[in-house]
Amino acid sequence: MKAGIVVFPGINRERDMAIALERSAGHKPRMVWHRETDLTGLDLIVIPGGFSYGDYLRCGAMAAQSPIMAAIRAHAARGGHVLGVCNGFQILIESGLLPGALLRNQNLRFLAMDCHLRVERTDTDFTRHYQNGEVFRAPMAHGDGNYFADPDTLDLLEGEGRVVFRYATPSGEITAQANRNGSARNIAGIASANLRVLGLMPHPEDLVDPLMGGEDGKPLFDSITAALAA
Amino acid sequence: MKAIVTVMLKTGVLDPQGKAIGQALVGLGFSGVGEVRAGKVLEIELAETDPVAARAQAEEMARKLLANMVIESFRVEVA
Repeated sequence: MKAGIVVFPGINRERDMAIALERSAGHKPRMVWHRETDLTGLDLIVIPGGFSYGDYLRCGAMAAQSPIMAAIRAHAARGGHVLGVCNGFQILIESGLLPGALLRNQNLRFLAMDCHLRVERTDTDFTRHYQNGEVFRAPMAHGDGNYFADPDTLDLLEGEGRVVFRYATPSGEITAQANRNGSARNIAGIASANLRVLGLMPHPEDLVDPLMGGEDGKPLFDSITAALAA
Repeated sequence: MKAIVTVMLKTGVLDPQGKAIGQALVGLGFSGVGEVRAGKVLEIELAETDPVAARAQAEEMARKLLANMVIESFRVEVA
């Protein structure tokens, strides 16, 4: 798997992401500056977390207009894989690669804590190494992670099985209390119709080593590495 | 010309910021405070001198960048 991590000004989680990808793939990903326009040779494009352009206007709005995004759109249109985490998820949504919007957290607080995610499907290239219905722990750190879409879009996402992760209790129940940011239907992560573009708010890349306190996020990176091994 | 673009969350989209501001106003002792909605105002200087063309340009800017049409609506004034 050849992975590239897109770096925008104000992004700060790209090195965490690089560690997670290297641990699973065995080699370093390429760092791609946002002014580049050539993604030739890359199988997976990752947009990491952080605060691109200082979250000006709306989180992800400025990054969605940057030169690299045309190349990422073309990569996705070719059926290429894209992963967006946290600000990366916001950027994928602002660029129209995933539907909906991410609003300010319901309680208005920046949430920096662990959450639990229930894996809603394990037949995607990003989740095959999880068990069906498995719950895993993931750190989250965001102010605008409250997933919103109109009811028709939510029904479409559910109908097409594109909700990949939901906020849950450690035992896997979908409750309002587990849904700290107030996301519609506890949605934490969604995929494109072809399941190759995935966005989620929490940070699986920050739990990939016992030294980090756990390896809950590692199956995601093992999954995509195996899917793109060639 | 100058275009003034006002961007607001659509009706029905939860506005926690407006809600918190409303609560703060009540806390300050202002009575009769109803719903508060928070938005953004952008003032854009344009070389365009025709008001109709300036408005069209500002509306395109709003649709493409200034507003997220999934959750926000906008209105444009030109002066």
